[in-house]
Amino acid sequence: MKKFDPLKHELVPKHTLLSDKEKEELFTRYKINSIVDLPRISKTDAAIKHLNAKQGDIIKIVRRSRSAGEAVYYRGI
Amino acid sequence: MTDELFVHKQVDSIVFGLLPVTILKKMASAKIVTPELYDKEGYPVDGGLMDIRLGVIDPGLRCKTCGGKLKECIGHFGYIEMARPIIHFKFVDIVYNLLRATCLECGRALMAADEIEKKVARLHKIEQELGIDTRRSETKEILTELKKATKCPHCKAAQPKITLEKPTTFLENEKRISPIEIRTRMEKIPEVDLDLLGMKQAHVRPEWMIITVLPIPPVTMRPSITLETGERSEDDLTHKLGDIVRINQRLFENINAGAPEIIIEDLWDLLQYHVTTFFDNEVAQLPPARHRSGQPLKTITARIKSKEGRIRHNLAGKRTNFSARTVISPDPMIKLDEVGVPKVIATKLTVPERVANWNKEYLLEYVKRGPGQYPGANYIVRPDGKKKKITNETKEQLLEEIQPGYIIERHLIDGDVAVFNRQPSLHKMSMMGHRVKVLPGKTFRLNPAVCHPYNADFDGDEMNLHIPQTEEARAEVEVLMMVQTQLISPRYGLSIIGCTQDAVSGNYLLTKYAEYPRQEAIDLLYSIGAEESMLARLPNKKIINGKEIISALLPPDFTYQGAALDGTKVEIGNGQLVSGHMDLASLGGEGKGLMLRKFNKEYGEDAALKLIGMLMKLGIYSLQKEGLTTAVSDLDLPKDALERTREIITKAYEVVDEYIAKYQKGELEPLPGRNTKDTVELEILKTLNKARNECGKIVAKHANEKAGVVVMVNSGARGKSINLAMTSSCVGQQALRGKRIERGYIDRTLPSFKRGDLGTEAHGFVKEGFAQGMTPQEFFFMAMTGRDALMDTALRTPKSGYLYRRLANALQDLRVEYDNTVRDASGRIVEFLYGDDGIDVSKSEKGKLHVTKILETVR
Repeated sequence: MKKFDPLKHELVPKHTLLSDKEKEELFTRYKINSIVDLPRISKTDAAIKHLNAKQGDIIKIVRRSRSAGEAVYYRGI
Repeated sequence: MTDELFVHKQVDSIVFGLLPVTILKKMASAKIVTPELYDKEGYPVDGGLMDIRLGVIDPGLRCKTCGGKLKECIGHFGYIEMARPIIHFKFVDIVYNLLRATCLECGRALMAADEIEKKVARLHKIEQELGIDTRRSETKEILTELKKATKCPHCKAAQPKITLEKPTTFLENEKRISPIEIRTRMEKIPEVDLDLLGMKQAHVRPEWMIITVLPIPPVTMRPSITLETGERSEDDLTHKLGDIVRINQRLFENINAGAPEIIIEDLWDLLQYHVTTFFDNEVAQLPPARHRSGQPLKTITARIKSKEGRIRHNLAGKRTNFSARTVISPDPMIKLDEVGVPKVIATKLTVPERVANWNKEYLLEYVKRGPGQYPGANYIVRPDGKKKKITNETKEQLLEEIQPGYIIERHLIDGDVAVFNRQPSLHKMSMMGHRVKVLPGKTFRLNPAVCHPYNADFDGDEMNLHIPQTEEARAEVEVLMMVQTQLISPRYGLSIIGCTQDAVSGNYLLTKYAEYPRQEAIDLLYSIGAEESMLARLPNKKIINGKEIISALLPPDFTYQGAALDGTKVEIGNGQLVSGHMDLASLGGEGKGLMLRKFNKEYGEDAALKLIGMLMKLGIYSLQKEGLTTAVSDLDLPKDALERTREIITKAYEVVDEYIAKYQKGELEPLPGRNTKDTVELEILKTLNKARNECGKIVAKHANEKAGVVVMVNSGARGKSINLAMTSSCVGQQALRGKRIERGYIDRTLPSFKRGDLGTEAHGFVKEGFAQGMTPQEFFFMAMTGRDALMDTALRTPKSGYLYRRLANALQDLRVEYDNTVRDASGRIVEFLYGDDGIDVSKSEKGKLHVTKILETVR
C-alpha cells in the first residue's frame, strides 16, 4: 500500500520554517522576548517532520480561514 | 517603574514541606496533657485543650503567650506527645510507595548505586529543561520500576511483598508492620534516594509522615459557642482533639503500668482511628466519628474541601452587603432601564452621602425622618469612621452633631443606580445597571423587554439588587453597565433587547391595518410619552393610519430597508414608514430587530432605549385599542381544505405502505452506507414529514389573518406556523431519540398492533390535529415523547452548564491586546489576529462588516 502523505491532504495547511532574520522581525513585531510566548508545536508533528526543525525554531503556518480567507499563524518548537 | 513604589515584597517562590518534630515543638506554646477543658469555675485548665496559652476566645481574658485580648491574639499552636507513633492518613499513599521502593534492611532505593546517580542527574536535567511536571511523571515511572524489585541490589536482602490494608495498616507477608517499624525504615532512607523518589531532604523527611508529635490548632480556629441556656458547646475539632488526648493518656498509663500487649494494641488502633478522623472524617473504610445526636463531625478536611469548604465558600465566593433579593414581576409601564424596588427594601438599603455646606439642609431632612419614615436615613458615619444608628432617642442629638465631613446613609430614592442580576450569571448582560424606582408592593418590577438578557420569566423567579456605595462604583455602573449600553450583544453584534410578546403583535396590527381619527392617534401618542416634536410630525389629515403613527416616533432623517417575516419589503425613508409593516424582524430582540440595530448605530444607545420603551408602550396600547383574542374556531379550516390535508395524509400512507411492501419482499434498494432496515425507516420519515409540511402550507394559506393566534404567529410574537398546523390538521410523527417510536413490547409498540407492524400508526405518527382529537394510541405516543423531552431538558441543563463553566474558567483571562493579538495573563500569544479577521463582533452585524453599506453612508 502506498504510504499516506499528510502534506498532500487538503486540510493540512502550509508549514514553513522561519529564518533567523524573520524570527527577529516576528519578535519585535509582537514585542515578545522568548519563544515560550508563542503557541507550541511538537517537532515530531506530522506536518513538520520533513522540515527537520530544531528546538527554538519557529514555524509559519498559512491556513485557510472561514472568516478571513487566509490566516497566518506562528508556532514555536 | 512607578508601580515599584508600592511593591514592598514580592513572593518569589512557595515551598510546601513537612514540619519536623523539633520545629513543631518550638512552634508550640503549650503541651497538652489533659482532655479536660474547664475547671469548676469555668476557667480554662492549664494543659487542657482550651489552655489560654493557645489564645483566648472569651472576652476579658488575656492570652498568656502574647498578652493580646480577644481579637488581638490570633492564637498559638500547642502539641501533644503521642504515646506511640501514628500514621498520618493523608500520607499513607506516599509511605506505601516508599515502603515498596526501598529496602527493608538498608533503606536504599531498590536500584544499583550507579544507576541511582545517573537517574538523579537525569531528573535534575529534566526539571531544568522541561519543568517540574515532567519530572514528576518521570519520578512516577521510576517508582513503578522500583516496586518490581524482589531483592535489594545493595545488601542482597530479599524484599517481601508489602500490602496496604486500607486505610492505615501495612502488612508484610500477611503480618502487620507497626508504625514504629515503619518509622525506623523511613529514617534509614538516605538523601540521594529521596531525591530519586521526588523528595527534597531540606523540606521533607519521610519519617515526618509518621506522627510522634501532633500539633494542636489554636483555640481561635475552634471557638466554642455559648448557647442561650448558658451551656457551652464546643467546636467539632475540640471534640475530636479531646478524644485523641484522652486515648493518648490512657495509652501512656497502660504502657507505664505494663498492661498486656493486646490492650495496648487495641488502644493504639483506637488512637490511630481518632487521629485519622481528626484529619479526615470521610475516609471510605472508616465509620465517620459522630456527635451524640448522630451527625458526623466536621473535621479538618471537611473544613477546606468542596463547595461548602473554606476555599469555594469563603475565599472564592463571599456574601455582599447592600443587596436585596426578592421575586420579580413585570411592569411594562416603567422604563427599560428602571427597576421597581419595594418600599420595604428601599428603607433598608442605603446610599452614603457626604455632608457639605451646600447639601447639609437637604441631608438633615433625611435624618429628621429617621429610619422609620420613607425617605429617611438609617445611619450616620462620623469622620473618624464610627457608625451611629439613627433612632428616635439619638435623633435630636445627632441632628445637632452633624456637620460637613459626616456621611449620612440615606434610603434609596428614585434615580439611584443599582446593579440588577439574575443567576446563572453567564453573560455580562446578566448584571445590568438600572435606575431605582420605589414602588408599593413586595416584588422587584422590571420591564418585560429586558427579560431576555436575564433569561427571566415571572413564574416565581427571584433576582438580586446591589447598591454601589462609592462614587467610583456608581460611575462605573453608569458608564459600563446601564441597560442601554447592553442593547447590542457582543456575541453576535445584533440587538438582544427589543419588543416582546404583545408589543410585537400590537405594532404589527397597528402598522398593517389600523386607522384612527386624528384625535385618537394623538391620544395614543401622548399616552406612550411621545414628545411635542413627535406629535408635530403627524400628517395633517382627519384619518391617520398606523404607519404614520409609528413614523412620528422616528427621527426625520432615518432610513431603513429590510424585510418583514413574511418577506414583504419594509421601507423607511425620511423617517416615514413608506411600505411594509413592523414585526419581530424589525422590532424584536434576540438577534432579530434589524431596524432597531440600525437605529441604535446611528442615533446612539440612549435614543434607542427610549425608542424601544415607546414602541413597547405603543404596541401594548394599540393592542388594547384593537383587541386581541383567540378561539378554537380561529383554527378551523374550510371543509375543502381539510379534505385536501386528509388526502395528502392518505396518499403519504399509501407511499409508506409501498415502501414497506418492497422492504418485506426484499426488493428495496438500500441507500449508500445503510442497510435496508435503515433505508425503509428513513424513507418513511421523509414521506411523512413531507406530507405534514404540505398540510402546514395549506393551513397557512387558509388561516384567517385577523384571528388572534394567526396574528401572533405572523408577527412573530409567539408561536410558529408549525403550531398552527399541528392544531388544525396534523400533529405529525412522534420521535424518540431521532427515530420513530420502537420501544414497548416484543416487536411492537403497543399490544393493539400486530407484531412486526412497520406501519405509520404503529410507530407514533399522529395523523389528526389537536382540534380533531387523537386516538388513545396516538395520545399515548405523545405522552411518551412529552416525557422524554422533559427528562432531556432536566438532565441536559446541568451538564451543559458545567461544560460552559469549565470553558469560561479556561478562557477567563484571555484578552485582545492593542496589537490585536489574543494573549493570556502572562502575555503568551494565543491568536495572532483576533478571530483570524480582527473584527470586533460587537461592532459588526453577525460577525460581518458590510463594507458597501458603510460606503453608502459615507457618501
